Amino acid sequence: MTTTSDDLSKAPTVKGPKRFDKPRTPIGKAGRWSEDRLGAAGGMRKQLNKVFPDHWSFMMGEIALYSFIILILSGTFLTFFFDASMAEVRYDGSYVPLDGVEMSRAYASTLNISFDVRGGLVKRQIHHWAALLFMAAMLIHMFRVFFTGAFRKPRELNWLIGLGLITLGLVEGFAGYSLPDDLLSGTGLRIAAAIMQSIPVIGSWAEFLVFGGKFPGTVIIGRLYIVHVLLVPGILAGLIGAHMALLIKQKHTEFPGPGKTEQTVSGERMYPTYGMKAGGFFFIVFAVCAALGGLAQINPVWLFGPYNPAQVSSGSQPDWYIGFLDGSTRLFPSWEIRLFDHTIPPLFWPTLVLPGILFSLAGAYPFLEAKFTHDKSAHNLLQRPRDVPVRTGLGAMAITFYGVLLVSGGNDLIAKAFDISLNAMTWAGRICLLVLPPLAYAITYKICLGLQRHDREVLEHGIETGIIKLLPNGEFIEVHQPLGPVDDHGHGQLAYAGSKVPKKMNELGNPHGHKIRGFFYPVREKTDIQAELDALAAAEARGEHRQKELTD
Amino acid sequence: MTDEDNLDADADLGFAPAVVDNAGRTAPTRTASRRPSGFRRRAASLAVLIGALTAVGGGYAMLAPTSGADDTAATSQDVEAGRQLYNTSCITCHGANLEGVTGRGPTLVGTGSADVYFQVSTGRMPAPVQGALELRKVPKYTEQQILQLGAFVQSQGGGPQVPPADADLRAGSDQLGDGGELFRLNCASCHGATAHGAPLSAGKIAPDLYRSTDRQLYTAMLVGPENMPVFSNNQITPEQKKAIIAYVQTMKEAKDPGGAGLGRIGPVAEGLVIWTAGLGVLMVSILWIGARL
Ligand code: HEC
Ligand code: HEC
Ligand code: HEM
Repeated sequence: MTTTSDDLSKAPTVKGPKRFDKPRTPIGKAGRWSEDRLGAAGGMRKQLNKVFPDHWSFMMGEIALYSFIILILSGTFLTFFFDASMAEVRYDGSYVPLDGVEMSRAYASTLNISFDVRGGLVKRQIHHWAALLFMAAMLIHMFRVFFTGAFRKPRELNWLIGLGLITLGLVEGFAGYSLPDDLLSGTGLRIAAAIMQSIPVIGSWAEFLVFGGKFPGTVIIGRLYIVHVLLVPGILAGLIGAHMALLIKQKHTEFPGPGKTEQTVSGERMYPTYGMKAGGFFFIVFAVCAALGGLAQINPVWLFGPYNPAQVSSGSQPDWYIGFLDGSTRLFPSWEIRLFDHTIPPLFWPTLVLPGILFSLAGAYPFLEAKFTHDKSAHNLLQRPRDVPVRTGLGAMAITFYGVLLVSGGNDLIAKAFDISLNAMTWAGRICLLVLPPLAYAITYKICLGLQRHDREVLEHGIETGIIKLLPNGEFIEVHQPLGPVDDHGHGQLAYAGSKVPKKMNELGNPHGHKIRGFFYPVREKTDIQAELDALAAAEARGEHRQKELTD
Repeated sequence: MTDEDNLDADADLGFAPAVVDNAGRTAPTRTASRRPSGFRRRAASLAVLIGALTAVGGGYAMLAPTSGADDTAATSQDVEAGRQLYNTSCITCHGANLEGVTGRGPTLVGTGSADVYFQVSTGRMPAPVQGALELRKVPKYTEQQILQLGAFVQSQGGGPQVPPADADLRAGSDQLGDGGELFRLNCASCHGATAHGAPLSAGKIAPDLYRSTDRQLYTAMLVGPENMPVFSNNQITPEQKKAIIAYVQTMKEAKDPGGAGLGRIGPVAEGLVIWTAGLGVLMVSILWIGARL
């Protein structure tokens, strides 16, 4: 059995026949050295024996964690060569088409990293791809947590920390994207300045404060640099630490199933299995970032040219994670609403109010759900999305809403690719934004109920075997394999438990729902091998015991 | 090719386009042909080779019949040939005296040979009798016929002229920086900084410039087709136009040092890649790891 109870798992130390007071191997010596000084072995053992449930969906958060590490590594490399100054220089590097052009040192040093620093371009690209991945991974991780109800008591705090991480990630990404001071990111900064200005009452003052004067000023890149390499990464690291600490303290959630209870957690031990798995996975994430960084060009700032407030390029887009704000700006009608003798610029609503509402709703959701369902108890077992159709429907609705905004952020490209008028795209976006989310709710709700029904059917009638029987009276019936004892009518008596129901014959006889593995012949499961080894060890121990008796 | 060869070639062409190689260094290369309708540097090297052999082998034969004609100034023969072409395929819409036909086509008096060159060489004219006007199509006429058509229209009402056939429309590589600045200042707001084009309001499109030749770029600026403003020689001098052309063509032809260019359309394509390829691979790995253990 892989299942080990965390609470019970004081590591089964196998006591050998002899004990060595002095360690002989280098690792042993190192262990003794540190144990004499730190005395951390007990705690370490506890951590190394920590068990992690092994559902695939639990690894999406790890993608985010690993891409954050990659960002720190590649970003540190970039700091060696990046010069966050807005002082004007005349370019004389090796990219000929910009020869002699006036530009900021920030832009010139980015060109320098791209063309004259050995391996600079690939590191820049890895950094940027990892940034895109970081944000995407946080988002799907959040979806997983939402749809399985992992945010419920006692884990609401970690849900809030997660939202904080996403918000800071947006800020961090935007700051980084602005650093090269190219025409594209400068256009983004100009919009950011306009958004600040649109805040009622304090708008102009806020812009003045951030830009040290009117946009673009001469200090913003330097400030963003400190924000990007020190301030936000520091807070991010702190929050990630808190996120992990809470996770370790509260332990993982897991899906319900045979042998799973609210009080225990089962899975692989941190050391060696889970550690290996996670360590290996880190390298897969790294490989994906490196492959993208080496094979796919990202943010070719030399094509955009240096930032110049007099210039603008059509089709200027932000990175994807800011895209939903771009989309909301495109879809929101340009109403100038007057409030208290104050005209509020239209930009205010889609770029500040809307995300404010979205994030507040997300933050409040765990508490709202608990209130409406009168559920005040703590939960360590997850729920399958189908078993909570309302929540699943709401999630689908939110994702659809977000999706429409995101797609609208690129609606000019869609308009061009399919030769649709931009105005038509805008209107289509507006209609979709209002119509699709409720539709998504309804469809998802229906699908959830359908899936539940199918589970119940299998529990009652058994698994379809695919065998058709011809009865003597000429009737055809399909043979079902019941999952458990049946009553007089041949109906199963297993209760619906909200856990995975086997749907195929080869999923039977295995409490964890693993299919029988192996392509040509079944692979011997580790658990079986372990059982054999245990039996052997036990036999040996008995044998030794007997020998001892004999010699005595 | 040695560097000296390169220099000679550059002096000859008056232009050294920068091609960024994968090591990130720039190396001057030469254009495959200076005839705008000829080979693009992007053409397969085989085509270049065949072209070069043909040019060398057939050089004399090609030169002989045209040696009498003057390329730069339109001869009366050209005008006559142009008139015939006009009468067969333009007259129905633009009228016998270029005065235009109501409901079919505007007057061509004063449009000049530049406009004719732009419209016909990009395949926009002759317009299809039915259906919407398309942007770019395969041109119906050869370079020579287009020049003849232009000569005819020019002879009737004057107007901006197409540059002579042997004019070099690209500035030297020392002008690339200026050209880039001018391009970003005057053209990028519609065609985009990477010249990939963008939709304008009301269903109009600023097309991508990736298929435009030197001469088409030049005449487009001169006449300002459809929603595009006219950039007369007072606004942007001919020298500046050549600098813009040098920049646009160099940028188009430059390789992408960072790998696949993703259409050079920026963050939207990058977002698509991370969500499909990036996360796709990782999700498959996750499922695989999940199934193994
Ligand atoms: C089926 C009708 C039709 C035919 C045939 C046609 N044209 Fe046109 N032409 C038009 C229309 C309509 C316009 C206006 C297009 C626009 O506004 O975009 C136009 C515009 C032009 C213009 C630009 C005029 C301006 O004021 O900007 C030129 C130059 C031109 N045509 C040349 C030609 C030539 C040369 C031919 C023959 C090879 C030709 N056209 C054949 C319908 C036609
Ligand atoms: C206000 C927007 C706008 C600006 C600014 C602009 N263009 Fe255009 N351009 C257009 C539109 C619209 C068309 C399509 C015209 C048509 O359909 O006939 C076009 C077409 C062209 C074409 C023809 C493309 C083809 O399909 O072959 C070229 C070349 C061109 N522009 C070059 C330039 C250059 C160079 C500049 C800067 C000096 C510039 N444009 C500035 C809007 C613009
Ligand atoms: C969550 C963390 C991070 C995110 C989302 C992020 C994102 C970005 C992005 C999108 C860019 C623009 C890259 C480009 O030019 O194409 C960038 C640039 C940069 N980042 Fe980060 N980054 C993060 C962390 C860091 C850290 C920790 C450091 C340094 C310790 C760093 C240093 C830099 C530097 C120096 C640049 C400018 C260099 C350049 O643009 O070429 N980043 N970052």
